[in-house]
Amino acid sequence: MSPQLEIIITAIIVSSACALLGVFLILRKMAMMTDAISHTILLGIVVAFLLTKSINSPLLIIGTALMGVLTVYLTEVLKRTKLMAEDSAIGIVFPLLFSIAIILITKYAGNVHLDIDSVLLGELAFVPFDRLIVFGRDIGPKSTYIMLTILLIDGVFVILFFKELKLVTFDAALASVLGFSSVFIHYSLMGLVSVTAVGAFEAVGSILVIAFMIGPPVSAYMLTDKLKNMLMLSIGIGIVNAVIGYQLAALLDVSIAGSIATVIGITFLLIFIFAPKRGMITIGYTRHVRKIGFAVNSLLFHLHNHEGTEKEKVESNRQTLHHHLHWDKKFLDIILKKVINLNYVTQKEEYLKLTQEGRDYTLKAYQDITS
Amino acid sequence: MSIESLLRDYTLQIVALGSAVLGAISGILGSFAVLRKQSLLGDAVSHSALPGIAFVFLITGIKNTEMLLLGALASGLLGTFLIVIINRYSRIKFDSALGLILSFFFGLGLVLITYIQKLPNANQAGLEDFIFGQASTLLKRDVYIMIVLGCVILLMVVLFWKEFKLYSFDMQYGVSIGFSAKKINIILSSITVIAIIIGLQSVGVILMSALLISPGVAARQWTDKLSVMVILAAVFGIISGVIGTVISSLVSNMPTGPVIVVVISLIVIFSLLFASKRGILWQYIKRRRNSRHINESRLLINLYELALNHEDIYHPHETKMIEPTSTDKTIKNIEKTLLILRQQGYIKQDYFGTWAITDIGIQRAKRIEKYGGDCL
Repeated sequence: MSPQLEIIITAIIVSSACALLGVFLILRKMAMMTDAISHTILLGIVVAFLLTKSINSPLLIIGTALMGVLTVYLTEVLKRTKLMAEDSAIGIVFPLLFSIAIILITKYAGNVHLDIDSVLLGELAFVPFDRLIVFGRDIGPKSTYIMLTILLIDGVFVILFFKELKLVTFDAALASVLGFSSVFIHYSLMGLVSVTAVGAFEAVGSILVIAFMIGPPVSAYMLTDKLKNMLMLSIGIGIVNAVIGYQLAALLDVSIAGSIATVIGITFLLIFIFAPKRGMITIGYTRHVRKIGFAVNSLLFHLHNHEGTEKEKVESNRQTLHHHLHWDKKFLDIILKKVINLNYVTQKEEYLKLTQEGRDYTLKAYQDITS
Repeated sequence: MSIESLLRDYTLQIVALGSAVLGAISGILGSFAVLRKQSLLGDAVSHSALPGIAFVFLITGIKNTEMLLLGALASGLLGTFLIVIINRYSRIKFDSALGLILSFFFGLGLVLITYIQKLPNANQAGLEDFIFGQASTLLKRDVYIMIVLGCVILLMVVLFWKEFKLYSFDMQYGVSIGFSAKKINIILSSITVIAIIIGLQSVGVILMSALLISPGVAARQWTDKLSVMVILAAVFGIISGVIGTVISSLVSNMPTGPVIVVVISLIVIFSLLFASKRGILWQYIKRRRNSRHINESRLLINLYELALNHEDIYHPHETKMIEPTSTDKTIKNIEKTLLILRQQGYIKQDYFGTWAITDIGIQRAKRIEKYGGDCL
């Protein structure tokens, strides 16, 4: 296999593993937990390294995954005191653990190969250098196999506990009534997030882990309402993004992780703007139509209410009408143009009068509201 | 280095002053962010400043602090704007939007920085400093910029105090009396972004969010008044900035930013534990006192009811009768409570270890039944 292909395959595996878990994270409003975990695993790495004096020990992954779970636990302890909101709790725990990690590194591990930059920024280009040798044969990059194992674990977890995950995610109260332990699901999920982040950090860096865990699932969330579809779509979008991002990075000779993260962001923005049902354009247009429709009704109701009363001259005067409705003058002009075009209202000098058509429409609209 | 010579050290004075100003500003603005439950906005904004810094450097080719900060400000504001738009036009949760924009912009920044590194004769060294911060490289000029911007921010907070207060607590009410939520949001977000950008140079992208959140959270524990909270947050920010700087220069190999974060985190933990009224210790004591009161009242009432069911109201009863649910384990505690009641004269104990209510006990039980246990 060529190194390029190995890098792409690794990126695809990482993105799939992250997307699987990311879907549940963003649905459970825990997106920023990935940010926290991907930073605090640095402390896990440092502590495990200082204890074992080796950067390749399997203890490193275990210790680091534990640190991820500890982050979740500490956040929850702080939250449970009810002295602060959850986001504040996250924002206090992870910088503290991260700071301790940096202090430990600069103090005790300064001359060892434990580069903070490489942890955070990652370098996919280095993936092919670290080979896995089995029985004297080179079978491929080590991190590819590590990530493949993690992807399998994540996949098995999601398939085995799909029902539980779904229930706990959408209706935690019902889940606990039915006897499912949401705590078990919660900590298993966060444990896997930690393991995945640890496995991925060396290959792709924590920024790309965050991007992979949040970006594709959020993009998929814009497109579908079904959990299964969302999982499939996230994985698909993640893979496409990884491939495009890698190609761009190769073309421009820039950071692969950065390039993929950028492509993920751009993909989301495009989907966010143009998505058929929930895109910004669709939603903006729907809201606009609704606003105009509501304003037309308000104006017609107003005219109808004052029709034939003493105050009609004051209330239905074009120059002062916007005061009565608390509208902007320009907005009134737009709406007036609309109702005159629809032939609901006629204007004589400064006074507005309902046409018979307008009167019928108003009564019908009124009945629609009250019925 | 001795403390005395250290305090006369010029570099230290500059760095400490810078950290203090930064602590004060971020404490003040962080208070609002904490109250609005937007604590992590700082994290996203500081990450999204990176592409702006890289972009300005790419165009100008020089490392001019003001220009770089201007670039950071522009992209920080753009990031904030996108987060707000995503939040407004879709069902995507605020925190998802934060994480998304954070990784997107930071990735873009990485792309730009690695691109710059490939350029011939580009003196890009130091751009990475913005990621982790280098408080020790603060120059006098940088600190002056910080002070000027700090004063502008302070002035804005004083000018828009009423608006910010409304926005933090009850914006729906604010809108109904004619304030524009959008405008206040833009002003408050902008000056928060400015504060974050100021902090990038000294503590860096990742730790800036802690500097924004922690003073506010710590201050919140001590008071229910916004003005007190904001001032207290500023004080906590200043204290941690100065102490952090001093520690990192006293001990060799101590990075300033992380030490500041550790100090402010300790202040948070102290506040959570020991703050009056809200603190964990205080709550624990209060809960203990409450449950003791409730137990005393309940036992007295039980005894009173028993007494009412006997012809002789002073008839003594066994402990088991007073608390029928008692087990061998709990009976000791119950007797302890009964002894306290006896000390207060509400009940008396006879030779056989049985308990009878007294006259003042009856009076008290009547009052409890009428007004509840609190009045006693």
